[in-house]
Amino acid sequence: MAQFDLRLQDLHNGLKDKQFSVSELTEASFKRISETDSAVQAFLTLNEEGARAQAAELDKQLQAGGERGLLFGLPSGVKDNIVTEGLRTTCASQFLRNYDPIYDATVVRKLKAAQSVTIGKLNMDEFAMGGSNENSSFFATRNPWNTEYVPGGSSGGSAASVAAGQVYFSLGSDTGGSIRQPASYCGIVGLKPTYGLVSRFGLVAFASSLDQIGPLTKNVEDSAYVLQAIAGYDQMDSTSANVEIPDYTSALTGDVKGLRIGVPKEYMGQGVDPQVKEAVLAALQVYESLGATWEEVSMPHTEYAVATYYLLASSEASSNLARFDGVRYGVRAENPDNLIDLYRKSRSEGFGSEVKRRIMLGTYALSSGYYDAYYKKAQQVRTLIKRDFDQAFEKYDILIGPTAPTTAFRIGEQVGDPLTMYLNDILTIPVSLAGVPAVSIPCGLAEGMPVGLQIIGKPFDESTVLRAAHAFEQNTDHHKARPQL
Amino acid sequence: MSTQYETVIGLEVHVELHTNSKIFCGCSTEFGAPPNTHTCPICLGHPGVLPVLNRQALEYAMKASMALNCTVADVSKFDRKNYFYPDSPKAYQISQYDQPVGEHGWIDIEVNGETKRIGITRLHLEEDAGKLTHVDGGYASLVDFNRVGTPLIEIVSEPDIRTPEEAKAYLEKIRAIMQYCDVSDVKMEEGSMRCDANISIRPYGQEKFGTRAELKNMNSFRGVQRGLEYEQWRQAEVLNSGGEVVQETRRWDEAQGKTLSMRGKEEAHDYRYFPDPDLVRVVIDSEWKERVRASIPELPDARKARYIAEYELPSYDAEVLTSSMKMANFFEESLNYTKDAKAVSNWIMGDLLGYMNANNLEFGDIKLTAQGLGEMIGLLESNTINSKIAKTVFKSMLETGKLPKQIVEEQGLVQISDEGAIKSICEEIVAANPQSVADYKAGKEKAIGFLVGQVMKASKGKANPALANKLLVEVLSSL
Repeated sequence: MAQFDLRLQDLHNGLKDKQFSVSELTEASFKRISETDSAVQAFLTLNEEGARAQAAELDKQLQAGGERGLLFGLPSGVKDNIVTEGLRTTCASQFLRNYDPIYDATVVRKLKAAQSVTIGKLNMDEFAMGGSNENSSFFATRNPWNTEYVPGGSSGGSAASVAAGQVYFSLGSDTGGSIRQPASYCGIVGLKPTYGLVSRFGLVAFASSLDQIGPLTKNVEDSAYVLQAIAGYDQMDSTSANVEIPDYTSALTGDVKGLRIGVPKEYMGQGVDPQVKEAVLAALQVYESLGATWEEVSMPHTEYAVATYYLLASSEASSNLARFDGVRYGVRAENPDNLIDLYRKSRSEGFGSEVKRRIMLGTYALSSGYYDAYYKKAQQVRTLIKRDFDQAFEKYDILIGPTAPTTAFRIGEQVGDPLTMYLNDILTIPVSLAGVPAVSIPCGLAEGMPVGLQIIGKPFDESTVLRAAHAFEQNTDHHKARPQL
Repeated sequence: MSTQYETVIGLEVHVELHTNSKIFCGCSTEFGAPPNTHTCPICLGHPGVLPVLNRQALEYAMKASMALNCTVADVSKFDRKNYFYPDSPKAYQISQYDQPVGEHGWIDIEVNGETKRIGITRLHLEEDAGKLTHVDGGYASLVDFNRVGTPLIEIVSEPDIRTPEEAKAYLEKIRAIMQYCDVSDVKMEEGSMRCDANISIRPYGQEKFGTRAELKNMNSFRGVQRGLEYEQWRQAEVLNSGGEVVQETRRWDEAQGKTLSMRGKEEAHDYRYFPDPDLVRVVIDSEWKERVRASIPELPDARKARYIAEYELPSYDAEVLTSSMKMANFFEESLNYTKDAKAVSNWIMGDLLGYMNANNLEFGDIKLTAQGLGEMIGLLESNTINSKIAKTVFKSMLETGKLPKQIVEEQGLVQISDEGAIKSICEEIVAANPQSVADYKAGKEKAIGFLVGQVMKASKGKANPALANKLLVEVLSSL
């Protein structure tokens, strides 16, 4: 499977030089999916008809010649919480099992404008709540490195499909680690951009103040190309930032000489698997050898991040998911006694247990008499956590740590223990609360499963994050490791 | 003997802002379109959509705040008010909780010749809900989302209102101010202005407020006054019979003429307000405020004061004329054609408003022009027509919109001021009415009135009445 290892740039050149056509690339994706997806189960919906028609159309354009954008004709997958007009979008929830959106998310419009071919919609934890994909209400996606293991989550389908070579890149969403953690578990590159860099319009909201769409790719350069295509101000999203978008690929110089790296000691402490820690320390040595410097830094409010996150994210979710009431779209319960019964039955039948747990938690935290103690206090702590990052970035250009405390775990191992499950995000959540960008890149294997290195940057300084990630990649072979499927 | 109670009322007034598009999406706000035609994924609350604030709506709210003497916030924000109901597609309303656009305002109202200041606690911006219609005897409900997302301002008064009349005067003043600011159509019948009330009673002299009821569904100015009158009576009855007023929400039933309990305190919603993370805080700098302030025209109170000073109108006339901006504008425009402000005021407040009320018309619906009214008064001043002709001309102007000179010419209505012509009519009338002449001669002064009337009738109303009177006396005394 030689195509599997091609960079987006190589594919682009191949199309240009007519080594293969868009239709051939598209068929190769579907073929790979038919070979592997019974084991991986990354896709919820395949866009076979639409993708083939689009591919044929793009091949015609290709015959006509002319310059094409880098993503032209390249097969991609989209997480199922990003709405696609006319293409089923379920958020992996029974509630939306019959929902066909009537508009495209801004990022989907941008992918269409870039003429990437949408292969299908990718599995996830229901409404992006979870870190293992076991909360999908349809089926659990498997880790391509070992199908007995979880791919991580919530963008588990997005990560697994790229790792399995089914698509060349995918879009995921990250609220508390949902791009970075599955990228780490699946041994690929997952970037969570700065909050506000990529439009959220059309991303089904979980926690609006944290959600951010980003690319999952096999290498850093591909990540830069996809980010380039989806970043930018959107007047449909009031929280989108009106900032200049740099040329991300031009930042990939391979040069990290003089780069100042901070390593939060709280990210390397208790609960972090020794093999994970070892892989991170080895990565730091690579940076040292390339002329960067690193030292420990303290981020004292890290220990409060998980509690803060679950209060804020659940509060927002309780309100964001209230629109799923069985009245206008999605599933409506049969034979309700009255209006309240319609709501109760539709929501009881439509939502899975993790979603219900968070709605209840959030509803409680926002209730009269509890608001100050929970929601408001959590907002204050969020400010303190953000301040930890502001202070660290006065001294350092980037921060480095593990993406997750461990590698992927076995399916079913943590299902009965939501609190342990929540702690898998302990190293990604503070970054989300601060709103800063971070990427997870492969930095080795531990007992055959990938370890992720998390590189965290200043707000809107994706360029430096990608530059550091790319330099590491250029000087190591971890990103070349492939699962045997 | 029953105790005498003082009523305490606070009003919550919702005013729909007449922006072209909705507050958080681009859909039209036009009233009366077929159901669900002014909707999009955003106002329908589809998964993934986000709100973007309509700048015009915010500026209208700022303008209204300033006109109500509120302080406009430097930083304002939006919050979510969470509740489930089918008219609310997101199951939350975007509103403002603790940082409204305007706060600490007031307006003056006039009741029975007394001016009273009513405090305004706050003015905030929010989105309207959809409209439910219950059909099949309550078996099914239809929902129209055209209205969802129409920008509203909610104006909350201090509990400074003491009588239903004051409440009505307050509402009328709010309506006039909103109209002057040109931020809303403020039509209660169409729902572009709505009013809820908090009302309680307490024995005179007691400082502590009584237990209040929240009153809803009062859909007209009269309904507000009647609903409050009923409720203050009901609460007094409860107390006088040894009972206790319970805190609850009540609905005014116009047909039954009474208020009915809707829900008690324990059924009150916990709206779980929290800042809407989809919207950013609005920072309003002083330059922006000044720009909006400059767009506010002369308001009713200022205009009223000017009418009294400039035109020497009685306070009552000035109050009525300025209660609607269109009426005040009509009044002022008429004065380009005559100097007699009091005469213009009399015609507007008398014949014109009488005609408009009888036919349920508004300024803008009528054919009569301000120029027509002013010129007609000019013709009266110059004795070209008399007041009897004027009534005919006025009626004709209302029907055709023609100018008075044209009407007078077309219908030959010029007043006869020729002494010879009138005198000969007087002589005919005297000759034809010997009994009246005898009465007059016998000292019955009233008989002259009948004879003048006969002269006017014979001249088809065109004789100059003063001249007719004078000449008639001459003819009679020469007998």
